[in-house]
Amino acid sequence: MTFDEKISAIWLMLQGSPLTGISLTLLAYVLAMYLYKKSNYQPVLSPFITSMVVVISVLLITGISYQDYFAGGKFIHFLLGPATVALAVPLYHQLHRIKQLFIPIIITLIASVFIGALSAIGIADLFGASVQTQISIAPKSVTTPVAMGISEQIGGIVSLSAGLAATTGVVGGIMGIKIFSLIGVKDDRFRGLAMGLTSHGLGTAVAFQESNTMGAFSGLGMALASFTTAFMLPWLLSALAII
Amino acid sequence: MDFILGFVLLLIFQLLGEALVIFFELPVSGPVVGIVLLLGALIIKGSVGKSLNTASTTLLGHLSIMFVPVSVGLMAHYQLLMDEWLPITITLIGSTIIMLISTALIMSFASKFLIKETKHDL
Repeated sequence: MTFDEKISAIWLMLQGSPLTGISLTLLAYVLAMYLYKKSNYQPVLSPFITSMVVVISVLLITGISYQDYFAGGKFIHFLLGPATVALAVPLYHQLHRIKQLFIPIIITLIASVFIGALSAIGIADLFGASVQTQISIAPKSVTTPVAMGISEQIGGIVSLSAGLAATTGVVGGIMGIKIFSLIGVKDDRFRGLAMGLTSHGLGTAVAFQESNTMGAFSGLGMALASFTTAFMLPWLLSALAII
Repeated sequence: MDFILGFVLLLIFQLLGEALVIFFELPVSGPVVGIVLLLGALIIKGSVGKSLNTASTTLLGHLSIMFVPVSVGLMAHYQLLMDEWLPITITLIGSTIIMLISTALIMSFASKFLIKETKHDL
């Protein structure tokens, strides 16, 4: 083999091997985490957004197809399943707090699922988004792995739902604290719950910087919203005759 | 070793969840049912073991990387995003503001109502 043939053989191996997708994702994440820490945890530099931008840029520049990338990416994607199950642990740790405020939490939770889905579908419809987009945007306030599962069930575009849910996390994380002081809600338990119900994981990360109580309640909101939405949204959408 | 043990436990609960979803034709995903099953098991057991704590803390600490591969698929929807970027942006920001305000206020009012009632009972 000549030098050129060897180089193209290596390139061919890189395109076909799962190694590329796995390494690229992990490298992007390490870089994103580094930037996130350096920026003193700015929500705008959420590791998710940075990693996604880095991976997409590399794929566009090298011309590696999404299918080839996902041959490796799916190994990291697989971890979402056990990680979602793991949410039971923080939920268990919050059980005594749930009991304390059980009824207000349940009222807020049910209301939030309706308000979240209806406001998203309503606004999207008002501004001319397609039905496919409306369905994909409906589960935006639950943690991304769950949003993907829900999206699959209700016939949305799974990767679009994932991206939109993550973006909602970033948006809520940036605006949450300011909005709470604007409307005069000061109790960290209430602020935390609202944050978790609206912007799941990233909101929870921001809430933990405010106080442990706010973080814990945000985690609670995230976990509760995840499986309440999973049960209610398919039913709500068919009741509205959207799916 | 703690991590592996806890990880296997999580996988088993996910498997159980997936099986129940098929058996009872549930409208939710296997991992979501897995949460309920594991929570039930923890309530019965009354504590979280060291291995499960290690595995769940590790996985949840790096949750963000796990949704990168599927979200990179957004690039496949380039056309849709170009066509609908305006309604999508307005929806994300508008609905997020509505939710933050309404959930915080509902929780405040509902709790005040409940606390008054409790004081009355005492």
